[in-house]
Amino acid sequence: MAQVLLKDLNKKYDEVHAVKDVNLHIRDKEFIVLVGPSGCGKSTTLRMVAGLEEITAGEIAIGDRVVNDLPPKDRDIAMVFQNYALYPHMTVYDNMAFGLKMRKFPKPEIQKRVKDAAEILGIQDLLKRKPRQLSGGQRQRVAVGRAIVRHPQVFLFDEPLSNLDAKLRVQMRVELKRLHDRLETTAIYVTHDQVEAMTLGDRVVVMKDGWIQQVGEPLELYGKPTNRFVAGFIGSPSMNFAEVTITEANGALTAESSGFRVLVPPARAGNLKAHKGQRVTLGIRPEDLHIATGADPAGYTFDTVVDVVEPLGSEILLDVKSGSNSLVARVEPTVRVKVHEGIRLGLNPDRLHFFDMTTEKAI
Amino acid sequence: MVIEKPWKRWVYFYVPLTVFLIGTLFPFYWMLITAIRPDAELYRSWRAVNNAPFWTLHPTLEHFRDLFEKTTFPHWLWNTFFIAVVSTGISLFCGLLAGYALARLKFPMAGALGTSIFVTYLVPPTLLFIPLADIIRNFQLGNTPWALILTYPTFLIPFCTWLLMGYFKTIPKELEECARIDGATRFGAMVRIIFPIAVPGILSAGIFAFTLSWNEFIYALVFLSSPERKTVPVGVVSEMIRGDIYFWGQLMAGALLGSIPVALVYSFFVEYYVTGLTGSVKG
Repeated sequence: MAQVLLKDLNKKYDEVHAVKDVNLHIRDKEFIVLVGPSGCGKSTTLRMVAGLEEITAGEIAIGDRVVNDLPPKDRDIAMVFQNYALYPHMTVYDNMAFGLKMRKFPKPEIQKRVKDAAEILGIQDLLKRKPRQLSGGQRQRVAVGRAIVRHPQVFLFDEPLSNLDAKLRVQMRVELKRLHDRLETTAIYVTHDQVEAMTLGDRVVVMKDGWIQQVGEPLELYGKPTNRFVAGFIGSPSMNFAEVTITEANGALTAESSGFRVLVPPARAGNLKAHKGQRVTLGIRPEDLHIATGADPAGYTFDTVVDVVEPLGSEILLDVKSGSNSLVARVEPTVRVKVHEGIRLGLNPDRLHFFDMTTEKAI
Repeated sequence: MVIEKPWKRWVYFYVPLTVFLIGTLFPFYWMLITAIRPDAELYRSWRAVNNAPFWTLHPTLEHFRDLFEKTTFPHWLWNTFFIAVVSTGISLFCGLLAGYALARLKFPMAGALGTSIFVTYLVPPTLLFIPLADIIRNFQLGNTPWALILTYPTFLIPFCTWLLMGYFKTIPKELEECARIDGATRFGAMVRIIFPIAVPGILSAGIFAFTLSWNEFIYALVFLSSPERKTVPVGVVSEMIRGDIYFWGQLMAGALLGSIPVALVYSFFVEYYVTGLTGSVKG
């Protein structure tokens, strides 16, 4: 059990600056998820914590030890890889026991720990098999088992579920979460899948181009993204963006786009006043759009034309056009609309997001 | 499966296969039949009435007896074996370490070094033996097995290095990284994880190296002179042809015995050998 501290962490390859000034305090027993598109530096950061990549500048501390110059084996960590990295010439038992043998644990202790881990993961019957005789899900369990037998201070996961099919991925996701609650070990988890990030993480770190964009609890990221990238990255289907011009009419601010004009909620007017006459990006999540009814306050509805209807069963996604803007609305499954039909949408004034056009920061 | 017309199978499959088989195997058959044919039949005129060049009715082991009693053939066999095993061992050892380093370690000029190692393999032995002969003389190794044991690696090491480098590259590097996190040093991970997985590659490099040194001719011809120091390929050719007289029976008997070990080695390891060359490891 330990906290992990990343201080001004940098990684430069010959020409690429992969990780830039990353500062992160991962608390003891915390499950933290690094998420971002490929090439954002999340895996590199993880590999630096593991000791598999040299640190160009900065400092990594696990517990109260600075580990910059420690080889991977002395960092007291365990890692689960995307391709499982099971040793193909060893049985499942030997795979799980390898780390303990390397650390010269007595044999009875090794047996006990492997047995316990196998029980937790439900793989007691597979101990004598070779990795090639296992299914993807079983391999994944063995890889996790190999990590937990060691009782390390920190677990590192590098996209561990990416090679599984969709159904198994959901199942393993739940199991990993349960496992973390049970073992209470600090975990750093890298993924490009924002659903995994949101469901697993106590806190989520969104990265892009080597920079940390935002660190926060899942719902905080979702509800209060600090910039346009985080807003668009978290959430599926992703947030709608529209370029709008802020204008003032009759003492009220409005956001005007090519196809619609909505009022700026009074609560947001304070911040947006400074942007009067400027273009900003308006962000609306699909679930904050709905088919307008008489109950909708005036000024928060606008006309659209349905472009595509995607019935998902539990909900319907409507791809609509409003002027030059394409928006997605998530509506009740009972709604019946046809393609090319004109509908009036209402939006939730409390959940609008505004972003500066140049800095992309939230206003 | 689609059922083809029988004649198509014959034309496109059986006939070409038969031609190929005959072309490949006939020299071996000829070697065998010559080795067991009595001298009287061997030196009979081609136009004699009872000439039957493709078979014999009086097989004999006389040539084999002569080979062992009248020549130093057993010495040649032992020399060839000893030299092939030791030089293969040296080359495999160096090739393993070099191949691993080139495949895994990031160091400046790694690519250039890899290429230059390969280029040395391209220098033909028919040129290289001239400077090597000078070196052998300076170190006074002429006419000893060490002359060959130390010169064979000049072509075996590049060969092994390249074959093994290719094989190591097919092994996911996560296996090693995982071992290093699990508590092994880099060297430990190499020995405990990578080498056992690379066994097919190591075996095929070993078989190839062994065969190359077993069959090697030019260095053996140049660097060894006394009859009992020779290797099989050189001994058979230099001692069984005296002046312009060819002792065909013994010559072929020697060639036959000389090719059996190689054939055995190949047939035992053929599966490893194929996976070694096609190389595929799954994590």
